[in-house]
Amino acid sequence: MTKTTIPVHLDINGDHHELRLEPRVTLLDALRDRLGLTGTKKGCDHGQCGACTVHVDGERVLACLTLAAQVEGRTVTTIEGLAREGEMHPVQAAFLEQDAFQCGYCTPGQIMSAVACIREGHAGSNEEIREYMAGNLCRCGAYPHIVAAVRQAALEVQS
Amino acid sequence: MRDFSYLRANSLDAAREAAALPGAMLLAGGTTLIDLAKCGVAEPETLVDITHLKGLDSIEMSERGATIGALARMGHVADHAGIRSRFPAVSEALWQAASAQIRNMATIGGNLMQRTRCPYFRDPANFPACNKRQPGSGCSAIGGVTRGHAVLGTSDACIAMYPGDLAVALVAFDAILHLGERQIPVDDFFLLPGTTPDREHAIAPGEMITAIEIPGSASARRSTYLKIRDRQSYEFAAASAAVGIEFEPDHRTIRDLRVALGGVATKPWRARAVEDALKGKVLEPDAVSAASLLAVEGAVDQGANHYKIELAPRVVARAILKLGETA
Repeated sequence: MTKTTIPVHLDINGDHHELRLEPRVTLLDALRDRLGLTGTKKGCDHGQCGACTVHVDGERVLACLTLAAQVEGRTVTTIEGLAREGEMHPVQAAFLEQDAFQCGYCTPGQIMSAVACIREGHAGSNEEIREYMAGNLCRCGAYPHIVAAVRQAALEVQS
Repeated sequence: MRDFSYLRANSLDAAREAAALPGAMLLAGGTTLIDLAKCGVAEPETLVDITHLKGLDSIEMSERGATIGALARMGHVADHAGIRSRFPAVSEALWQAASAQIRNMATIGGNLMQRTRCPYFRDPANFPACNKRQPGSGCSAIGGVTRGHAVLGTSDACIAMYPGDLAVALVAFDAILHLGERQIPVDDFFLLPGTTPDREHAIAPGEMITAIEIPGSASARRSTYLKIRDRQSYEFAAASAAVGIEFEPDHRTIRDLRVALGGVATKPWRARAVEDALKGKVLEPDAVSAASLLAVEGAVDQGANHYKIELAPRVVARAILKLGETA
């Protein structure tokens, strides 16, 4: 079949990108394969693992089930856009401090999800964190440390 | 995923017109559609993106109830103060569904168009036979691995379970779907598989869900959604119940009761037999347990999903008794 491409203008971490993409290209594939932003991970590619979590207009979404063309006119933040002037985001620092990962593959998604979870006001207790972080799987089973990191970061951000 | 052309709708009329063309489908949150396109189940020629349309995502509360725009997203509706206070079962059904990320993407209208999770339906490469995908091709699930399949509303052609939560709460409280000018009770919107499991919704090409209206009631205000599943969160229901109750002034006699089941049927399943058995009765555990058995009247299991017939009445009973504790 004919490969038709469409112009897609993306705003990623404050940078503007003009791409030509097939309409079926997901935001995840555009980030990783076209823009070299490989911090966002491809786990299941079916919306079941959370490894591809990014923010669109400040809200956490799954890049694997979002078409790149759909986010034109919206602002996208990935794990690469979280640190400010070389300074880690408090959630990144908390993950380091609490040793909240083993292999690290799910970590960018966990961190993007945690930043939003705290912003939404859904990090008030360990139980609430477990419920509202449930969309991010960790096959190493680092969950207790992840909960501790989110809790620590939530307290820091709120204080 | 097969490629398609992409069209961003600028108006409701343009969206409906474009979506009426052969091979065209509406694209909202994409959490079902893009997934199924990757599975090779959905093969649209054109996707009509409606997520940039304005004014379809409001949540309006009035004395009559709530009207929710089709593009309101699941997470926003779940957290809405008015929905939480006047329709707790709706809020609970939403926040217990999917994950926070998916709830930020998925729209209320799209949620009602969610397809089954039947693994045979989702895998055309390995299981060509599926009456839902390809009418007349047969059913790979019958005789297969059926732990997650329906026990109510099934037919010889299809036993695929309806996987959603929100619609279970909506049928319990007699919500009305707005398809533009046309209105239809949510219960009538979902079709039984019968001999035509490919036809799941009472919606025609060129029609689009524009809003959902939920009538306010005392039973909706005292309501809950109880969802039992194989893991604590981010999982479809093994069995669930949306229940609402209104008591007489004595706080013990049931004036109105609403019961609907999820995770066990081919569509959101209103259990009127349970309601009728308990209306006018005093709420007490034995009567509730006995009446709850009526929820699975006529159930047919495939062996591996027999547990749902045991589980569902207990979920219903527990939900009713929980609401009784707050009277």
